Amino acid sequence: MKRSRRQFLKVASLSVLGLSTHLATGGIVNAAEQGAQYLPNENGLKAGRWAMVIDTRAFETPEDFDVCVKACHKAHNVPNIPNNQNIKWLWTDTYEHVFPEQGNNHMSESLENRDFFVLCNHCENPPCVRVCPTKATYKKPDGIVAMDYHRCIGCRFCMAGCPYGARSFNFSDPRKHLDMGEVNPEFPTRMLGVVEKCNFCVERLAQGLMPACVEAAEGKIVFGDLNDPESEVRKVLAENFTIRRKPNVGTQPGVYYII
Amino acid sequence: MYNTKYVLPGLLIFLALFTSPFWAGKVFGTASYERPKLALPADQKECIEPVEYMRAEHMQILDTWRDQALREGKRTYVASNGKVWNVSLQNTCMKCHTNKAEFCDKCHTSNSVTPYCWDCHVEPKGNQ
Repeated sequence: MKRSRRQFLKVASLSVLGLSTHLATGGIVNAAEQGAQYLPNENGLKAGRWAMVIDTRAFETPEDFDVCVKACHKAHNVPNIPNNQNIKWLWTDTYEHVFPEQGNNHMSESLENRDFFVLCNHCENPPCVRVCPTKATYKKPDGIVAMDYHRCIGCRFCMAGCPYGARSFNFSDPRKHLDMGEVNPEFPTRMLGVVEKCNFCVERLAQGLMPACVEAAEGKIVFGDLNDPESEVRKVLAENFTIRRKPNVGTQPGVYYII
Repeated sequence: MYNTKYVLPGLLIFLALFTSPFWAGKVFGTASYERPKLALPADQKECIEPVEYMRAEHMQILDTWRDQALREGKRTYVASNGKVWNVSLQNTCMKCHTNKAEFCDKCHTSNSVTPYCWDCHVEPKGNQ
């Protein structure tokens, strides 16, 4: 049987068309995918701009700090590594380290001796987001600077970019330093070679809960929507003198300190 | 053709070796693939979507779930049958599929797939 080029092309193009329409309309795959929907949680907390106000005057003893740190680290399975490779989500430091540009020569003794909570500032202009090559770090519309550990390649550009040292790198498998029988089964751990940091308890906000440290602080830390003039953070900010960390780097932190 | 008496047997040996994975099992009766017997949840009758769909697409679903939950903040999944689920591997999938070794691993092992979900996500306690 002899076929001309023209005949062959006719049959070939028809077969390609048939194949592609079959693929495009799909089988069960598309049927189920089209029926499904993704929605925000009904009882989740929403805000235009989440912010935190820490009343540093109220934190006096190491125990005051410890309660919050433990609540945070327990909720997020943050390992306790006793060397310079430790993982930090919520920790404390002195005035001159936390506010290096805002110190005076002759400060009050209480400021000199006081400890201050330090955590990711969830900045308005986060440098970590700008430098992340994989978009593993990103800013959510509600102001939370979140991390997608699935995508982190551990390049540590974000650590170099963050002016607050709020990020930690997992130099070893964090599970070696966690009691796997005691971990919070609702939240994952991290793996070797990713950067991690405080996430403003985004998973708790989605469930309608306040962040773990705010809950544990019993009023000493206020959390809420900065865009809502009626919110508690706005009231606390209006009534107290507050400062933020490193104002001259222009990142506009979302964590305020009552001094 | 030059050297036919060498080339032809050579070609035949090559073909035999090249196609050996396809017929060796049948001839020598060694390889036979059986679909792994999975431990299904005792107290649940249906998954979030039909079985065939889950079997073929669970990895795509998990990928979409991750992006929807983390990036879009959408943590409620309304399945095609209208049922509502919490978008979470640990808190939804593994609450029913409590036996990782007998459910996930069996298929993954026999298909030589090694996902790294469990480097971070915590295996359910009911896993023995």
